[in-house]
Amino acid sequence: MIEIIIGILLTFMIIGSIICLETKDLLSAIIAIVPVGYFSGIIFLLLGAPDIAITQMVVEVLSLIILIRATIRRDLTTIEEERDFFGLITTFAFIFVFFIFAMEALRYLPPFGSPAFTLNQNAPSNRYLLNGLKETGAANIVNSVILDYRGYDTLGEATILFTSILGALAILRVYARKRKKNE
Amino acid sequence: MNNEEKGMSLIVKTVTRWLKGFIFLFGAYIVVFGHLSPGGGFPGGVVFAATFILITLAFGREYALKKIGKILASELDSLGALLFLIIATLGIYFTGIFFSNFIEKFHPTGNFKLFSSGTIPLCNISIGIKVGASLFMIFIILSIVRVVFEDGKGKLITTEKKREK
Amino acid sequence: MIYYLCFVLFLIGLYGVTCKKNVVKIILGLWIMEYSVNLFLILLGYRKNGIAPILKKGDDIVEFAQKAVDPLPQAMVLTSIVIGLGVLALMVTVAIRLYQRYGTFDITEMKKLKG
Repeated sequence: MIEIIIGILLTFMIIGSIICLETKDLLSAIIAIVPVGYFSGIIFLLLGAPDIAITQMVVEVLSLIILIRATIRRDLTTIEEERDFFGLITTFAFIFVFFIFAMEALRYLPPFGSPAFTLNQNAPSNRYLLNGLKETGAANIVNSVILDYRGYDTLGEATILFTSILGALAILRVYARKRKKNE
Repeated sequence: MNNEEKGMSLIVKTVTRWLKGFIFLFGAYIVVFGHLSPGGGFPGGVVFAATFILITLAFGREYALKKIGKILASELDSLGALLFLIIATLGIYFTGIFFSNFIEKFHPTGNFKLFSSGTIPLCNISIGIKVGASLFMIFIILSIVRVVFEDGKGKLITTEKKREK
Repeated sequence: MIYYLCFVLFLIGLYGVTCKKNVVKIILGLWIMEYSVNLFLILLGYRKNGIAPILKKGDDIVEFAQKAVDPLPQAMVLTSIVIGLGVLALMVTVAIRLYQRYGTFDITEMKKLKG
């Protein structure tokens, strides 16, 4: 039952992303990507991941604001592009080959509904679920994983966010910082 | 967006004035109770940033930058990252392991209480400060810069005053 | 079946990155690819009739561990979403700088490679 619901929502996501990539108006393209993110938030909620559903919903709003900043008050808001026919054919052939390989690879994954950590008793996820409350005291096992068992990942995430802001600040700086010369 | 100093219409301003406290409170709830209910530092920090962005959009840039400026946002960003690193390093001092949970678990109260899980709430608070300040700073950077064209040559201008030294 | 639909979403993002000539469309294609990768990781950890990995008062832990979904990919995706927002902001600033230098978003017209 849940497979059918998720399949329908994923179909809507695919339609939305095609509209987003093919429409002529840039503002419509940016607005068309927002329902894709909301549908993915609903799928996260159905799959038992309320933390990620909350984060996805809130991040969606901020990404809309940031993307609109990129296009608003620019001269060209509509685009007319002629297609390079040969390049299009090459790209579709490449994508088709990629899809064939992916179909071969996806057959070896465990089927939907029985993840890999249930097959192996020694998987780390089993330990997190069984001892998480006793060892860290957090009832939310996801939070105990990101801040206690795997804190290095979160530290790396903080570093990446810090570096990206630093890069954005350096790229968009208007006034160069002048060195003080001797008078 | 011609009169940016004045912000949006009266209706938007009034609703924002009522709602901003509640949205900020919701973000604080998500951060502080992150280890007991869905949430945590990341979504809570994004909610903090969204509150300030709502104020900026409704009241205009000058009003919001008077409350929390670029320098303060930058300092909060660094402060959050530094707090997280300090908590991680204190683990070495107390137990010898980086990122170890050195505060005694279930100490003042029992299970499922606010202070029941050692360093995890402190880490959540520092991550919330860091994510909120850095995302708000991205918005400030993107909003003070404009592109204008003068005789065929593009130029970046800023509406911020140059710092006098 | 659901894995294939998720992969089709990834391929649409790849098509946007490789075929489109507008910088904003390329950024949107990368954003779509990120949605599909996050979704795929969460789909891999789902257990049939699973519950969210959050304990409630009075739950039996052994019974809970046999019903909950995998918490590990959820933790990884939670950080990845916020990183994605930072990277998106960085890409937008690069796009604004390109627009300032060349006056257009079309990548075929950016022919001057010298600074």
